[in-house]
Amino acid sequence: MSDYIIETAGLTKEFKGFTAVNAVDLRIRRGTIHALIGPNGAGKTTCFNLITKFLEPTRGTIRYNGRDITRAKPADIARLGMVRSFQISATFPHLTLLENVRVALQRPLGTSFHFWRPESSLRALDERAMALLDEVGLTAYATLPAVELSYGRKRALEIATTLALDPEMLLLDEPTSGMGHEDIGRVAALIRRVAANRTVLMVEHNLSVVSDLSDTITVLARGEILAEGTYAQVSKNPDVVDAYMGTGHA
Amino acid sequence: MLKTQTPILAESPAAPPKAASTTGRDLMIFGGLLLLLAAAPLVLYPVFLMKVLCFALFALAFNLLIGYVGLLSFGHAMFFGGAAYVSAYTVKAWGWTPELGILAGTACAGVLGAVVGSLAIRRQGIYFAMVTLALAQMFFFFCLQAPFTGGEDGIQGVPRRPILGLIDTTRDINLYFVVLAIFALGFLVIYRTIHSPFGQVLKAIRENEPRAISLGYRTDQYKLLAFVISATLAGLAGATKAVVFQLASLTDVAWQMSGEVVLMTLVGGLGTVFGPIVGAAVIITMQNYLAGFGEWVLVIQGAIFVVVVLLFRRGIVGELAAFLGRRT
Repeated sequence: MSDYIIETAGLTKEFKGFTAVNAVDLRIRRGTIHALIGPNGAGKTTCFNLITKFLEPTRGTIRYNGRDITRAKPADIARLGMVRSFQISATFPHLTLLENVRVALQRPLGTSFHFWRPESSLRALDERAMALLDEVGLTAYATLPAVELSYGRKRALEIATTLALDPEMLLLDEPTSGMGHEDIGRVAALIRRVAANRTVLMVEHNLSVVSDLSDTITVLARGEILAEGTYAQVSKNPDVVDAYMGTGHA
Repeated sequence: MLKTQTPILAESPAAPPKAASTTGRDLMIFGGLLLLLAAAPLVLYPVFLMKVLCFALFALAFNLLIGYVGLLSFGHAMFFGGAAYVSAYTVKAWGWTPELGILAGTACAGVLGAVVGSLAIRRQGIYFAMVTLALAQMFFFFCLQAPFTGGEDGIQGVPRRPILGLIDTTRDINLYFVVLAIFALGFLVIYRTIHSPFGQVLKAIRENEPRAISLGYRTDQYKLLAFVISATLAGLAGATKAVVFQLASLTDVAWQMSGEVVLMTLVGGLGTVFGPIVGAAVIITMQNYLAGFGEWVLVIQGAIFVVVVLLFRRGIVGELAAFLGRRT
């Protein structure tokens, strides 16, 4: 098996008259935490949406585990073991926490189209769902609708739901955005824990989280890769300093 | 919008998940409702009650889409009216028995639902509503022109043959209990659909479709199946209505009919189990007992619509449930 779980070649996305992502060759090493950073409008989220197939690339290819997924559908990506989160917290607000996690667990049962089968047939999954909620410290709220959780706990629920699929690869879109200091620490610890036997690609603005967690950092600017390496390498790169601060500060 | 209150919950030890769902309570309410309906012909005119039941089933079918998948169909009259034509025609022209006519109408509505659904679910929100409306209008003009629908006259005088060779349907009270049984069956199918593994996925799609996709669900397939179930049951309601009133006409496929079912569902409570039944009862009662006001009934309906949207957005049943929920 190749060292790289994801390889993109010449990945390009053009919107009308604007190139959001330009010829990006991104390689993500298996079993690492890889961060995608860059100033606003650098194309981080577009890149992310391309890899998870929520957007169609204009040009270029994406390979996942050596397999070409350039033309795959977003729902199929999840079935291959690659699950994403969203910038705004992605829960099912009026389902309970237990149901939120169970929705992710129930697909492999193969009864998801069975409209004649009682809901109680899903109870067999409750134990596993509770264990996942326990893993992120949400057991006490299992019967509450997700809408009533605080923002930080919603992100934790989202991670529990994602973990329910036992993905090989996690893609986290700004996992700590909009969070208070305390929540950031909790979520960062959680990411580190779940990344133990997985590959993680995350878009993140909080540089202390990035330096703390990531093995490799790719800096994007104006849709192109500006620099790549460890935090120490990247943070000393004059181009990166330029992109973040503007010329004249260095 | 719902007011979201963050409950003050300490990090308490693990609370076991609530095993008892609302299913038992709902089915008890439904049992009570059936008893009430069984006794209703003692005080109310059976034909009126059958009309209420047919429209209640229609609204329940519609609510499956809007309330549990979040899809607003503005063309459900095509399934209701289409099935009415098929059952009226097969019974009258081909001499089929009513039960076969109803089955044929229902099946045709299901097939039509699969065709319309596979086109409409490609679009979201208002565009979905517009596609269903456009296709329903095409279907309306097809019914207006096609020879077998009887054009402006419709299909009148559909004979009431015995059902299963046993039940004499020329007596309204006999037919009433047949319609009640059909209604109960339709309700239970919808109730089970909502509370099934499939229903769970539907709710997830309604709540957050991109997230459902990212969990690996091919959401279009789920939406399509929900659309077909909804169309089939709307057809069951329409086919039954044609047998009861011995009539299928352009009124049944007109866009006003699609609008009426939206109104019934909204008044009763969108996304509630019993709301569509209550809404249908209210609207049909108004049409019947306020018929003396002529065209003014429409104005009154419009006013009620405005009041519901402004003041009781959860509908009658939704507001009632919220009120009881606050007290307990």
